[in-house]
Amino acid sequence: MEQTAEVQDREDSLKGVGCSRKRKEDARFVQGTGRYTDDFKFPGMLFADMVRSPYAHARIKSINKEKALALPGVHAVLTADDLKPLNLHWMPTLAGDVQAVLADEKVHFQYQEVAVVIADDRYIAADAIELVEVEYEELEVLVDAHRAMDSDAPVLREDLVGKMDGAHSKRVHDNHIFNWQAGDKEATDRVFEQAEVTVKQDMYYPRVHPCPMETCGCVASFDKINEHLTVHITSQAPHVVRTVVSMLSGIPESKIRIISPDIGGGFGNKVGIYPGYVVSIVASIVLGVPVKWVEDRMENISTTAFARDYHMTGEIAADKEGRIKALRVNVLADHGAFDACADPSKFPAGLMHICTGSYDVPVAHLNVDGVYTNKAPGGVAYRCSFRVTEAVYVIERTMDVLAQKLGIDKAELRRRNFVKVEQFPYKTCLGWELDSGDYHTALEKVLNAVDYDALRKEQQEKRAQGELMGIGLCTFTEIVGAGPSRNCDILGVGMFDSAEIRVHPTGSVMARMGTITQGQGHQTTYAQIIASELGISSDEISIEEGDTDTAPYGLGTYGSRSTPVGGAATAVAARKIRAKAQKIAAHLLEVSENDLEWEVDRFKVKGVPGQEKTMKEVAWAAYNNVPEGMEPGLEAVDYYDPPNFTYPFGIYLCVLDIDKRTGETTVRRFYALDDCGTRINPMIIEGQIHGGLTEGFAVAMGQEMPFDEQGNLLGNTLMDYFVPTFVETPHWETDYTVTPSPHHPLGAKGVAESPHVGSIPCFTSAIVDAFAHLDVTHMDMPHSAWRVWQKVHELGLDTPA
Amino acid sequence: MIPSEFEYHKATSIQDAIAQLGAHEDSKLLAGGHSLLPMMKLRFAEPPHLIDINGIEELRGIRLEGDTICIGAMTTENELIESEILQQHCPLLVEAARLVADPQVRNRGTIGGDVAHGDPGNDHPAVMLALDATLVLHGPDGERQQSANGFFLGTYWNDLQEQEILVELRVPVIKKGVGHGYSKLKRKTGDYAVAGSPVVIELDGDVCRDIRIALTNVAPMAIRAEAAENILRGKVIDDALIEQAAAEVLAVCDPAEDLRGDVLYKSHMGAEMARRSIRAALQQARG
Repeated sequence: MEQTAEVQDREDSLKGVGCSRKRKEDARFVQGTGRYTDDFKFPGMLFADMVRSPYAHARIKSINKEKALALPGVHAVLTADDLKPLNLHWMPTLAGDVQAVLADEKVHFQYQEVAVVIADDRYIAADAIELVEVEYEELEVLVDAHRAMDSDAPVLREDLVGKMDGAHSKRVHDNHIFNWQAGDKEATDRVFEQAEVTVKQDMYYPRVHPCPMETCGCVASFDKINEHLTVHITSQAPHVVRTVVSMLSGIPESKIRIISPDIGGGFGNKVGIYPGYVVSIVASIVLGVPVKWVEDRMENISTTAFARDYHMTGEIAADKEGRIKALRVNVLADHGAFDACADPSKFPAGLMHICTGSYDVPVAHLNVDGVYTNKAPGGVAYRCSFRVTEAVYVIERTMDVLAQKLGIDKAELRRRNFVKVEQFPYKTCLGWELDSGDYHTALEKVLNAVDYDALRKEQQEKRAQGELMGIGLCTFTEIVGAGPSRNCDILGVGMFDSAEIRVHPTGSVMARMGTITQGQGHQTTYAQIIASELGISSDEISIEEGDTDTAPYGLGTYGSRSTPVGGAATAVAARKIRAKAQKIAAHLLEVSENDLEWEVDRFKVKGVPGQEKTMKEVAWAAYNNVPEGMEPGLEAVDYYDPPNFTYPFGIYLCVLDIDKRTGETTVRRFYALDDCGTRINPMIIEGQIHGGLTEGFAVAMGQEMPFDEQGNLLGNTLMDYFVPTFVETPHWETDYTVTPSPHHPLGAKGVAESPHVGSIPCFTSAIVDAFAHLDVTHMDMPHSAWRVWQKVHELGLDTPA
Repeated sequence: MIPSEFEYHKATSIQDAIAQLGAHEDSKLLAGGHSLLPMMKLRFAEPPHLIDINGIEELRGIRLEGDTICIGAMTTENELIESEILQQHCPLLVEAARLVADPQVRNRGTIGGDVAHGDPGNDHPAVMLALDATLVLHGPDGERQQSANGFFLGTYWNDLQEQEILVELRVPVIKKGVGHGYSKLKRKTGDYAVAGSPVVIELDGDVCRDIRIALTNVAPMAIRAEAAENILRGKVIDDALIEQAAAEVLAVCDPAEDLRGDVLYKSHMGAEMARRSIRAALQQARG
């Protein structure tokens, strides 16, 4: 017993996997010593500010820079014509399209970058942009994606007229970007024709914005003497930025250093390459001094990286017992003026074909058409894996509609259709292999925890009294950890990730990864992985990311890929080190390495008590006493190409009450059970879940980017764009099950995006459920008080009692 | 997000502020700044001169003079909330101030700025109407007093004359038999009201001797719902009468559509807020 307790103590002291270790990042953040991009100030640094279009669609007749250039302190005013000789007035997007860096003859969306002013400070720059005179000729505006492919729709992209071979498919209209399909259309249609029951639901997933606390920005510093470019930038993918900057500028990657310092939240907003970055770099190269560009809040919401904007139709064919026979999903995807979606190259609609959800669907067909409109480009994964939020929304909504039509409780309908635990790994009809799951157990756990039957009974009573109470359910499966290089790449670079670990002579560790933390707590959790693998306390392990001069190449952090890919690389690299350490230990103990067994932090000779070497002892020996023929040192690098995605899942349940007089919603209860496999740091997971649920609440209840018919963005300040505070945020109850991933070295899956992906349809489910007895099957987001009241009013429920 | 160039002037006294207003064309007074500065940062407002009145001590503070509470125009929202005089003698103002914006804004924002700025979304104009407040204004020709009723003329438009400064707001002590209610619907913390309604009722036994129903953000400026008041004045108020009054409130609403709601929703919310405030005021007046 004593021995076991001693071993347990040693294990606990490592603060490894499973430990709710406090975040190492927080000391500097709460004391105000974090360093964000805008904190970097260099001698002679100039500031860039953008002249932006007031119109959504207009021809530029002239640009007069004279007055701006005459303002003291202004160094340059650049337009597309100035970038043309460098061939940088347009740039390629991640989605195979091109995007104007500065508007070239035409503006395609309101707030588009038309010219950039470079000045001594940001105050002079702000005055100077007002002095740049741009003459526009307004053109017909296209805002409604449903009108995009009409024969009389205005043509937006004159640069693409006649080019009917798109990056992903033939284009059938000048405003068409791609058609993309998955599954078997004919077989699906056949099942629908013969089905006992079918349901069909149209739904719109509004255009929203990730809206991180820190906006996008960079400081570009070109050293003319050494021809070396350094860029401090708010990027979720610094290594990809280096590759793209090299491709665009012709500067060798070896002379480009990209540094992502502390980042104040990303949520997908900081994956792309934006015009502001390009013009800052160009200006720094030309002027030979550092140039800073930082967005203000309105620029951030208006121009860099919207998410969603999917018009979806979900259809299910089923038998009378509610067993799914086929799924059909049609999507009209509004990508704005340039297709700058940040998706793996092969997937113009991301991983939308995960839309079969947690269910055993025999056959399915997904059809997506992407179109251009006069809105900002983007299409990023806002706290989700590429388009998974949309996929989960369409299947979960359509399941609810089916339950309603059949009069089967929506929990029971899911029970009947879940992929069963013995079916894993489960191949979906749209081509994914769900690695592991136990949906039934998780569902029952949640229903018991909230006493589901009692809630339904209470709802009956409330309805009899004319009150509106809704119970929402979402039983989702995510697909995260992009991804296997056989189907995932960005600009041709496979979506592996990397870790490099160095064990120093005294047994402390420095490790660097190709990912980049933006709030996830990598400095804390990666150290825990290494601690458990190497038997060295996580307190002695330093983690560094974000500097391309020092970190190994990686694809970055988004789509919940850090733990599934970067975490796996970390574990594998640590295991390489332990394998070498075992050889050194065998040498020190003069036994065969097969005679050794590993125990927490040391190698022990099997069956010989006391004959052992700790990892720290081995580390010292690695630098002075290695077996003959072995190179000294104790370090390893791993580039991990995952064999599959990971598929975390969750069961969420929401109970809410609606005030019929105002349309206000009170979320009475929100119960979130998540299964992300092995849990590395439960405290951090809890924090991630709380954050994700709060963001999901924001999207479901209030976030949207509304446009008028002229393409004016109506809500681009935090007065209108809903970012909930502590006051509005409901109380969250969390729970978990653990179903490890069979292919991940630690059994871990991604988690931070599940609460966002899963909660949004859960809120809609609850809102609609409040009206379900009145034959309401769907209500579009956001479920603001105004919109909910409109339904109340339409149904005549708000007449005074 | 950076204002255009302006000259900053610090006023040392009310007289100095009045003189500076006269000396600098198109100048604006800087009170708490939480309405003016955002407009300047967006360059919706570009005053060439700002006259800062934050240093003028005589504009601050709350004192009781007989049955009247005198509130310095530069008293902040948080000072209203913390005032024992107001908590005891005019809790409506405390309740309203608590629902203004967020704690940071309430640390800087002033009651005088809120009343004088002219934004129909500001909370205090309607509260002043409901309380039947008197505004004390100083100008080059000295002091004048003006009832809140009639001061608000339209969006960013009121009876403040050139070079005049709102110096003090005077509200009556709430007595026995007087009740108030305040209801405000907003989308989130920090937002302006979708609709708000302060109500003050004076009861004589069961009979409503007088009532003032005011409305926030459902018209170009803060308004009184006089037709609704007329339905209730002199009557024993019951649910049916409240519904009749609410219908009159609905009719008087003339809101501008924005992201908070369309005309229909905002008008209905104006009526609903009034309905709630009438009930609350009635209950309080009955003791």
